[in-house]
Amino acid sequence: MHMADALLSPAVGGTMWAATAATTVYCSAKVRQSLDDRKVPLMGVLAAFIFAAQMINFTIPGTGSSGHLGGGLILAILLGPYAAFLAIASVLTVQALFFADGGLLALGCNIFHMGTIPCFFAYPLIYKKIVGDHPSRARLLTGSLLGAVIGLQLGAFGVVMESTLSGISELPFSSFVMLMQPIHLAIGIVEGFVTAGIVSFIWQARPEIIEKAAADQPIGTLSIGKILIGLAAATVFTGGILSWYASEHPDGLEWSMFKVSGQEELKDTDGLHQSLKNVQGQTAFLPDYNFKGSKEGDSGRLGTSTAGLVGGFTVLLLAFAIGLILKKRGSAGHDHAHDHSHPHHH
Amino acid sequence: MSRKIDQAFYDIGHLDILAEGNTPLHRLDPRAKLLTTVVFILTVVSFGKYEIARLLPFFLYPALLIGLGELPFTFLLKKVLLVSPFVIFIGIFNPWLDRQVMLQLGPLAISGGWISFISLLLRFTLTIGAALLLIATTGFGAICMALERLGAPQVFTVQLLLLYRYLFILVEESIRMMRAHSLRSFSAKGRITYQVFLQMLGNLLLRTIDRAQRIHMAMLSRAFTGEIKIVRQFRFGYKEACFLGGFGALFLCLRLTDLTALLGRLVLGITG
Amino acid sequence: MSHHIVEVKDLKFHYPDQTPALRGVSFKIRHGESVAIVGANGAGKSTLLLHLNGYLSPVEGQVRIGDYQLTPETVREVRRTVGMVFQDPDDQLFMSTVFDDVAFGPLNLGFTAEDVTDRVEKALATVGVSHLKTRPPYRLSTGQKRRVAIASVLSMSPDILVMDEPSAGLDPRARTQLIDLLRSFQHTKIIATHDLDMVVDLCERTIVMHDGQISADGPTMQIFSDEKLLAESCLEKPLRLQGCPVCSCRDSSTAIGQI
Repeated sequence: MHMADALLSPAVGGTMWAATAATTVYCSAKVRQSLDDRKVPLMGVLAAFIFAAQMINFTIPGTGSSGHLGGGLILAILLGPYAAFLAIASVLTVQALFFADGGLLALGCNIFHMGTIPCFFAYPLIYKKIVGDHPSRARLLTGSLLGAVIGLQLGAFGVVMESTLSGISELPFSSFVMLMQPIHLAIGIVEGFVTAGIVSFIWQARPEIIEKAAADQPIGTLSIGKILIGLAAATVFTGGILSWYASEHPDGLEWSMFKVSGQEELKDTDGLHQSLKNVQGQTAFLPDYNFKGSKEGDSGRLGTSTAGLVGGFTVLLLAFAIGLILKKRGSAGHDHAHDHSHPHHH
Repeated sequence: MSRKIDQAFYDIGHLDILAEGNTPLHRLDPRAKLLTTVVFILTVVSFGKYEIARLLPFFLYPALLIGLGELPFTFLLKKVLLVSPFVIFIGIFNPWLDRQVMLQLGPLAISGGWISFISLLLRFTLTIGAALLLIATTGFGAICMALERLGAPQVFTVQLLLLYRYLFILVEESIRMMRAHSLRSFSAKGRITYQVFLQMLGNLLLRTIDRAQRIHMAMLSRAFTGEIKIVRQFRFGYKEACFLGGFGALFLCLRLTDLTALLGRLVLGITG
Repeated sequence: MSHHIVEVKDLKFHYPDQTPALRGVSFKIRHGESVAIVGANGAGKSTLLLHLNGYLSPVEGQVRIGDYQLTPETVREVRRTVGMVFQDPDDQLFMSTVFDDVAFGPLNLGFTAEDVTDRVEKALATVGVSHLKTRPPYRLSTGQKRRVAIASVLSMSPDILVMDEPSAGLDPRARTQLIDLLRSFQHTKIIATHDLDMVVDLCERTIVMHDGQISADGPTMQIFSDEKLLAESCLEKPLRLQGCPVCSCRDSSTAIGQI
């Protein structure tokens, strides 16, 4: 899921943006150095491919719900981590601007979850390690599944961390985790299968593409630091899974979660609240840590007073009026010579 | 997040056309608009979570832009609403988890949770709206160039342009593929099975890789040596400075003072 | 001066999987000539064209463009001289506006921004699409795209124009406009095409290819009168040379307007 501006504080958003900007500069330099000028058009059209592919839904066998491709891992396999990062970052940028997916501040976070994590964690540390230089069907599937699942878990965890640290949402850390991780486990499994499926398809049809891509990125260049990060990530993930198992599964919550990933209606509100309280109490993961901004301290500072609301609404009405007046003036004032040609379908 | 593919195609095309409008706002240097948007978003997002009244004046910015840019309000509103589910889903927990009453409006007791939820929605509308307005008044190509002038790496901005150029083609190809599929499938809704999906994407991917090769060929034929260069004339002048400076000052002012309370008291005072 | 001569000597080429594509092709084209290359699909036309700007390298044989023997060192110079227009305009219009696409070549050649703008405007005017300068490619019709693709090559001031199926997919009017446009060019033109009627209008010389070799090379009308040659090369006469549309209709029972 995409992070949203509305849930971010400037500090958290800004930090993630700084990290993403630095990664973008680094990857751009790497791609430029690579001397393979075929990467330029390939990055562009593969990004377009992922963009279009994300909009094609298919029914997941056995469940009836629909799934689609995220694309981070598959781009990393085909392009290598640096070019893949730039490709994904570009897709997310277009989506943020045209589809309002999350927002511009959150773009830094989203690129981190869906770009940095698949390209620099999941791909080199999991997929490549499993698949190696000579792919086989089984290793492809294992590598893709683990890579996708772990990558998505880390990404979902990132969303939770960012929201909690920003403090705009009231969701306590543990509840948020319990909500996000299982959904993303499912999404990760789907992504893993789809990635493996497509890569196998290509491998059968045109094996030289996969073999060349595999040869381009030898594994021997990893540093200790990266391996440590990988271990830490795996620990976090395992801790999440264990805490999930440790808590009872309130059936109402699980069912709601799956329904929610497709639709927005929430059933059984009181039951849900009660279940969340149970989960909150029983979870073993970081039990004493309470990230929530302390409400007790806040009660004195009331950001909203009656006078403030009246003033606010007055300005709102004013704004609306100004907007309307300007528009009316503009359209009366000059010709509308629209000579836009429409897309030609041949 | 899933979306209807042809709706998406239409939306991007429509925003593109809106961006070609010929108002003074459209003609401003894109860097001014981009920077103003960034300042706007950062300011809005910096408010505490219980702020509502002080966020409301920020609607002046979208109002002015929609007015000056002659943009379609309903179209933009619909796009904002379309992406609200996730934020609503997260935010709706606030009223349950935060029940301490914070505001008494006559007989109505409003809890902190509801206040923060409404604040969240306002934040969301403002930030998302600002991004849409940016693209609707500036156009994607111009934004890419602005990014480059502001320091983004050239490899990345070229990548953005290439993506933008080819996403229409890829989306069209996907639509054709899905249409062909639904014409041949016998289920009423034309749902795509997992197997078929893999085949479709696999084929599309192969064709795309081949296309990349042909594009590369075309690039080489026009003396491509690895770096795509672009000529753009941009002027960041007086108008742009006024735009950025003016709005920047407004946002800062609204952030640091409580003009709305003042105004409210005035209004209440007048109405007795 | 051997400026604009295109000379190919005993060119042989096969694909990595050893499928032979060209089995010894030789010809010489002089400055200002308009030459059509015709043949069935798979005869090797496109492969031959790709050798003319160095995208493909011959396995055996030589290619000479003007003063340059085509080698990896001279490839860049050759690409200044030989402007190639491919079949699918969407593969060639890869920038986000028409202006940027037409400016791509000259910018790569190192011209200044003013020179580039100048060249772009001239090229756009030549093909008649100046009003489309800021249009993104996805909002162009096929005919417009083809013209922009030609402009994108013209802006580099090539001496030789090589084109692969320029009239494919065009509606009748766009096709006529294209033919008129090409007729106005002074460049040496090498056009691979299935549109034999366009060849009659445009090219005084025709090279017929079949199975990786040249089966004929001579004046267009002479070649199109030789039915045996055409049949052997899996071709037919251009439509306009196929005689009366009523009485020479293949299946006389479906002839229109039978008297």
